[in-house]
Amino acid sequence: MRALTWHGNNDVRVDTHPDPEIVNPRDVILKVTSTAICGSDLHLFDGVIPGMKSGDILGHEFMGEVVETGSRSTLKKGQRVVVPFTISCGHCFFCENQQFSACDNGNPVEKQDASEMLYGHAMGAAFGYSHLTGGYAGGQAEYVRVPFSDVGPIIIPDGLEDDKVLFLSDILPTGWMAAENAQIERGDTVAVWGAGPVGLFAVQSAMLMGAEQIICIDHHPHRLELAQQFGAKTINFEETHVREALMEMTGGIGPDAVIDAVGMEAHGFVADNVLDVIKQKIGPGADRGHALRQALLACRKGGRVSVPGVYGGMLDKWPLGAMMEKGLQIKTGQTHVQKYSQDLLRRIGEGEIDTTFLISHRLPLEDAPMAYKNFRDNQNEWTKVVLKTA
Amino acid sequence: MSEPAHDDAPKRARRDDTEGNLAIVGRSITINRPRAELYAYWRDFSNLPSFMHAVKSIRMEGSDRTVWTIKAPAGQTVEIETAVTEDVEGEVIGWDSTENSQIETKGRVTFADAPADRGTIVTAEIAYTPPAGNLGRLVAKLFMAEPNIQARHELKRFKMLMEAGEIATGDNRKPTDGDE
Repeated sequence: MRALTWHGNNDVRVDTHPDPEIVNPRDVILKVTSTAICGSDLHLFDGVIPGMKSGDILGHEFMGEVVETGSRSTLKKGQRVVVPFTISCGHCFFCENQQFSACDNGNPVEKQDASEMLYGHAMGAAFGYSHLTGGYAGGQAEYVRVPFSDVGPIIIPDGLEDDKVLFLSDILPTGWMAAENAQIERGDTVAVWGAGPVGLFAVQSAMLMGAEQIICIDHHPHRLELAQQFGAKTINFEETHVREALMEMTGGIGPDAVIDAVGMEAHGFVADNVLDVIKQKIGPGADRGHALRQALLACRKGGRVSVPGVYGGMLDKWPLGAMMEKGLQIKTGQTHVQKYSQDLLRRIGEGEIDTTFLISHRLPLEDAPMAYKNFRDNQNEWTKVVLKTA
Repeated sequence: MSEPAHDDAPKRARRDDTEGNLAIVGRSITINRPRAELYAYWRDFSNLPSFMHAVKSIRMEGSDRTVWTIKAPAGQTVEIETAVTEDVEGEVIGWDSTENSQIETKGRVTFADAPADRGTIVTAEIAYTPPAGNLGRLVAKLFMAEPNIQARHELKRFKMLMEAGEIATGDNRKPTDGDE
């Protein structure tokens, strides 16, 4: 089969690999029909996530048709499914408590050692996202092996085309959980850093959860326009002093909740970020956290901090004093996708949530390397790429 | 394997983790399944190779002796004979190596109810003499070099098998022959 393959920093190619096969009883094999490039794939492209090996197949946002089933799968050949990026067993303490991304049993034992040393506990598993999360082959491919198929995959009813439901795999539930973690109350102002896919879905979700005012911060005019379409106000950090503007737009109080939908590769020519960029060039494991620092300082006293943005290593110049003295609460984590699947599928079906606005480019899988480059370098116009395999 | 401690930490977590000439390693893990089920699976020693990947096979010798064949590189194997020294249904299984073993080792695995219906806390503790001699060095290299890591890996595989019904792998194709 053909698959998008990581060879090194800034080097991804579509190569030919052996087709996957059923390995464990709960597996299925999926023939991929649509797969997207995620902003977090760009962290792999840029080489800031440790634990990658040349030859790894990327992609954790995908859907397709079941073509083979293991003996303990509950799926049937021919079914159309969207697959959550988190690989979760459904039976451990964490899965039973709906904390699917913390599943104990998805990450192969021998792959758990590295993150256990790095973070104190082993990470859960994900598709196509380094050997820290299991070394599973991803879905930017013609075929993919899907473990625990009786728990994760979301069966899609006829009549809902791929582009409407594909983002149930990651970015829609991630934006939704980001808004949920902001614990929105009546009258709240929610500030969202990053008008990328997750930030835009966080805006849409926060609106549905009843936020009074949403302010989205970015520097790409087109992406800010998309946020405006969903009723958000915008701040362009290249034109405006962000913290001053946030105070002035909230009656001198500051946002009640802040969402960092940027993560470890924040932009901006400011002192802390310039230092972070230099450290990140030296090696993976150093995070660039300008957006998060700014969010912590902007958040009102006793406010809530939600971090869906991806971080992997160490962040210094962390304003811990501001967190403590202002009494901030922080909630973060990889998304518990399976927790939200059915509710979000229903909202899409009923027309309450639209995801197709985001897609700027639909391309064949063979064009994936070019798409990676553009998605990273032309962020204003390239808001989301969906790759088609057929 | 117990002696007066200064605090409540188990011996294996203390800075002095030796007992006489024995080194003590071990690990606890919580498994979301009933105690009786986990005990029963473990007590049928023929099940153990399903999650102990270094163990090639297990052979019963009489009612309480077991011969373990451990995988070694270049197709070689090493044999250890153990005798069950302690067996309380649903609670504990203990064993000692016999005079027929090439290394001295003893161990026990305990099963205790976790709080609030969270399943069972399984604790495996193994004491061993760091082996000497050429064979000893070979054995150490093969499967004793990091007994702590090995214990951790085996308990995690046991947990996967009991909770998820299968052992996770990122491999895209079935192994052809001889894993690891």
